[in-house]
Amino acid sequence: MLFLIIKRILLGLITLFIVSLITFVGTEILPGDACTTYLERQAFGEQLEACYNRLGLNVPAYERYVSWALNAIQGDFGYSLSGEMPIKDVLGPKIKNSLVLASAAILIGIPIALILGIVTALWRDRLPDVAISTVTIFAMTIPEFISATLLILIVAIWLEWLPGIVIVPTDVTFFELLPNIILPVIAIAMIMTAHMARMVRSSVIQVMASDYVQMAILKGVPYWKMVFKHVLPNALLPAINVVALTIAWLLGGVVVTEVVFNYPGLGRLVIESISNRDLPVVQALALILASIYVSINLLADLMTLMLNPRLKTLQIRK
Amino acid sequence: MFEIIQNVKNLSIGFRSKKGEEILILKNISTNIKKGETVGIVGESGSGKSTLALAMMGYVKHGLYTIGGKCEFNSSNLLTMNSRELEKIRGRKIAMIPQNAGQALTPNLKIGYQIDEALQLHSNLNKQQRDEKISELLNKVRLPSPDTIALRYPHELSGGQQQRVAVAMALAGKPDLLLLDEPTTGLDVTTQAHVLELLKFIAKDTGTSMVYVSHDLGAIAQVSDRIIVMYSGEIVLEGPSRSILKKPIHPYTFGLLKSIPKLSLAGLPESMPGSQPQPGSISRGCSFYDRCNFSSDKCKNNSPDLEYLEDLKTSIKCFNYKNLMNDNEVNQNVKKINTNSQDKEILTLSEVSISYAKQKLLDQVFNKITDDNPTVKDININIKKGETIALVGESGSGKSTILKSIAGLLRTKDGIITFDQNRQLPSDLKLRNPNELRIIQLIFQNPDESLNPNHTVEEIISQPLKLYFGLKGEELKKNIIELLEKVRLGEFYMSRYPRQLSGGEKQRVAVARAFAAKPDIILCDEVTSALDVSVQAAVLNLLQQLKEDFGTTYIFVSHDLAVVRAISDRVAVLYQGRLCEVGPSKDVYQFPSHPYTEVLLGAVLEPDPDIKPKLVAEDIVEEKPPKKGCSFQGRCSRIVGDICKNEIPPWQLTTSGNSIRCHIPLKELQKAQII
Repeated sequence: MLFLIIKRILLGLITLFIVSLITFVGTEILPGDACTTYLERQAFGEQLEACYNRLGLNVPAYERYVSWALNAIQGDFGYSLSGEMPIKDVLGPKIKNSLVLASAAILIGIPIALILGIVTALWRDRLPDVAISTVTIFAMTIPEFISATLLILIVAIWLEWLPGIVIVPTDVTFFELLPNIILPVIAIAMIMTAHMARMVRSSVIQVMASDYVQMAILKGVPYWKMVFKHVLPNALLPAINVVALTIAWLLGGVVVTEVVFNYPGLGRLVIESISNRDLPVVQALALILASIYVSINLLADLMTLMLNPRLKTLQIRK
Repeated sequence: MFEIIQNVKNLSIGFRSKKGEEILILKNISTNIKKGETVGIVGESGSGKSTLALAMMGYVKHGLYTIGGKCEFNSSNLLTMNSRELEKIRGRKIAMIPQNAGQALTPNLKIGYQIDEALQLHSNLNKQQRDEKISELLNKVRLPSPDTIALRYPHELSGGQQQRVAVAMALAGKPDLLLLDEPTTGLDVTTQAHVLELLKFIAKDTGTSMVYVSHDLGAIAQVSDRIIVMYSGEIVLEGPSRSILKKPIHPYTFGLLKSIPKLSLAGLPESMPGSQPQPGSISRGCSFYDRCNFSSDKCKNNSPDLEYLEDLKTSIKCFNYKNLMNDNEVNQNVKKINTNSQDKEILTLSEVSISYAKQKLLDQVFNKITDDNPTVKDININIKKGETIALVGESGSGKSTILKSIAGLLRTKDGIITFDQNRQLPSDLKLRNPNELRIIQLIFQNPDESLNPNHTVEEIISQPLKLYFGLKGEELKKNIIELLEKVRLGEFYMSRYPRQLSGGEKQRVAVARAFAAKPDIILCDEVTSALDVSVQAAVLNLLQQLKEDFGTTYIFVSHDLAVVRAISDRVAVLYQGRLCEVGPSKDVYQFPSHPYTEVLLGAVLEPDPDIKPKLVAEDIVEEKPPKKGCSFQGRCSRIVGDICKNEIPPWQLTTSGNSIRCHIPLKELQKAQII
C-alpha cells in the first residue's frame, strides 16, 4: 500500500518534470526572448548584451533550466518582464483569488451534483428524473463563455442585482470579493455540476441493478438504509475519479470565465501574459496549473485506494 | 396434513412490448408450498422459474408487472403489499439464497456486518448476543474460524465460502420459507455437492420449507420432495420427485431426462430438437408442440389443462401422457461413439510448465520466466490423431491454462509442444506461421462473448475462410452455406446477427467457424456448460458427427464428468496444474483410480433421488500447489505418510493402460473408499 502511494507520487513528480521541460524548451524554441521583447526596437548592441547579462540569459540553456527549476521548486520563478517584479509577488494574490473562485464552485457544485445525481437515479424515468435530466443535459452543452455572457445580460444588466464585471484591485480582502464572485461561480459550477450529476446518476443506476442490491431488498433492508449502506458507497467510488477529472477540467473553465468577468485571477493572468509575451510568467503558470492537475488526480487515486476494500487488501496480500 | 405456507393462485406476470401488446412470462400459475417440504422448480433458461420464485417474495423485477392472481403467504397477498409491510416479511419469514453469492454480497461491507444487518432487522438481540449469533450461524454453515471470516470482505472468500455466507445470512432471520435461486450453479462439482448436503441438513434441522430453483435435474433430485416442471411460463408437470424423475410421463421431462449424460453409461445421449418458444410467440395450442415426439393434431390448436392424476399424485399438462405411462422406463438409447483414433500422434506435450508469475525486470531483458512453483508443471501427454481427449478438474486445476498454451495464447515456461511428431510449435503466438495457426482452432465456453455482436453469421464464418484460404465471391458463399448445413443451420441464417440466435444456435455458429479453418485439432473449452441440457446433448452429438466426418482431434476441457464420459476416448485428470491420472475413459471411470478422481466422481449428481453423491474429501480451496510432494496432499483422505508430502508420486500403469500418479499401490487403490 505504502509502496503504491510512493509510486503514484513519484509518477506525479515525473509528469511535472516533463511538463517543466516541455514549457522550457517551448519558450526556448520560440523566436525572440525576454530581452528582445523587453527592449523592443532597442534590442541590439550593448543594451541587449547588458540585458542578457542582467537576466542571466548568456549562459547555456541547460544551465538556465537547472537553475530555473531549482528556484521554482523553492517557489521562486524569477522576474516578470512587464512589471519587473518577482513573479511570486505577481502570482500570490491572483492564486488566492482564483482559489476562492474555484473552491467556491467546487464546494457548491459537488454536493448539488451528488444530490441531483442520486435523486435522478432513484426516481429514474419519473418526473424528477425527467425534469432534472433535461436541465442538466442542457447545462452540459452550453460553454462557459455563453452562460457567463447570458448571466451578465440577465442578472447584471436587466435585473441589475449583481455587478456584471469585477472591478476591484487584485489584493482585496475575501469579504469585499464575495458579492463579485457570485456570477462567475455560477457560470463555472453549472457545466461542472451537470457533468458530475450525469456521472453519479449512471453510476447509481448501475449499482441499483446489481445482484447485491436486489439481495438487500429481499433481505428486508429498509429502502433508505439500503440506499446509504449498500448503494451509495459502491456507486460513488467510481465517481471519485470522474469528479477529479471534472475539477481538473474546471481549470480551463476558470480561465475563460475570469476573462469574461474581468476577474483578477490566474486565468486572466494566463491570457494577459501570453499576449504580452511575458514568457517567465507563462512558464510559471504552466507549471502551477500542471501541479494542480497532477495533485488532484493523485488525491483521487489515493482516495479510491483507501475506500475500495478490494484494492486495499489486494495490495496488502501482494 | 401439512399446513400450507405459500399459496400461489392464478398468477400471471408479464411485460408490455414496444407495440403495446401484453406478453406473459408466467401464465396462470397455481401451486402451493407446504410447511417443511422442499420443492424443486426446474426448467430451461427462459421458462420463468426465477420470476416465479421472486414473486413468492413479493418481488417483481423492474420492467415486469403483475397481470393477475396472487401470491399468498400466511393468507396475505404479497403482491399488493406496500414496501413497509414487505420489509417485515422479507428476511424474517421468507429469505432468499441467490444464484451468484459473489455478486449478491455487497462488496464494501464486511461479512459480519451483512449478517448483523439481517439480525438487527429481524431479531431483538443486543450487540453481544448478535455477535455470538453471527459466529453460531457461520459455524452452522461449516465455515472455518467464523470470527475471522466475519471480519473479511466478500471478495476475500472463495465461491463456495461466499455461497455459505449467503446461506448463513438467509438463516439469520429464522425464516419459514427459503427460496434458492440456482444456489450451486456457479460452483465446482465437489463444492456443489457439499453445499447441497448442507442445505439438506439445514432443511431437516430447522424444519424450514425450501423452494429450490434450478435447471440442473441432478441437484433438484438430491434435495426436493416435490418437483414442479416449468416450460415457457407454465407448469407442465408437478408431483413427487421420485415418480417425476423415475417415471417421466410428460414428453418434455421424458426428453429432458434422456438428454442428460450419465456416469454409468458411456456414449452420447439423445438430444431433444428445437428450443423453447419466445415469450408471446405462441398464440394457441400446446407450447411444447413443436418439440414433442408424442404430439397429435389435437395439440396443435388446443392447449391442454393441468390435470390431476389421483393415483400418481401428479398434475400434468398433456393430452397424450397415457402413451408414455406404458413405456415409462427411460431406456436411454445412447449412441455409442465411434472412436476413430489412429496410432499416429498429432500433438505431443512434453515436460510442459506454465507460469502466471510476473516477469522480473532482469528476466524480461533475457526473455525468460523464472518460477520454481509454476501453475502448471510436468505435463506429458501424447494425443493421437482422431481421438477426443478430455482434461478434467476443478476450477484452478490448470485445464484451461493448458488449452491456452496449446493455442499459443499463453507462453509456456518450459517444455515442448510438437505437432505431427516432428514440427515443434513456437510457444509464442506471434512466431507461429499462418498454417500453424490454422491447424489449431478454439471453441469457447460462452458463444455470447466469443461471437462479435456486430457481425452477421456470414461475416463470422467467412473470416477464417478468407484468412487461411483466400476465398472470394461465389466460392466463399458456397463454402459458408456448406458449413452452415454441416452444423444443421440453414442458408437463411447467413444474414442474422448473434443476438437473433438462441444459445444453441450461437454455439453451432462457433463450431462452424472453428471447422471453417479445416483444423487438425479443435480445443473445446467448456463448450456446453453455458447451455441447457437439451441443447447440450444436441451440440455434443454435432461435435461427434463432425469429428467422424473430418477426422478431427478434440481436446475437450470440462468440469462435468458425465459430459466427459459421454464424448471422450481418453481422460486426463488434473489437480493444481499437475496430472493425476491419464487413461481411456472407460478405465478412468472405474477403479482403481487416483484419490482425486474418486473425489470428483463421488461428487457427480445424477438425476435420480436414489443415487446419492459420496463426499470423500473436504472442499478446501488451495491457493498454490504445494512446493514438493504430491499435488493432492492437502485434500487427500488416503495419505500414506510423509512420502506424500516429500516425494512426487510415481506413475503406475494398470493392466488396461491407465496411468495413475500415486504412492498407494494399485491393489490398494482398487478398493473404493468406505466412508
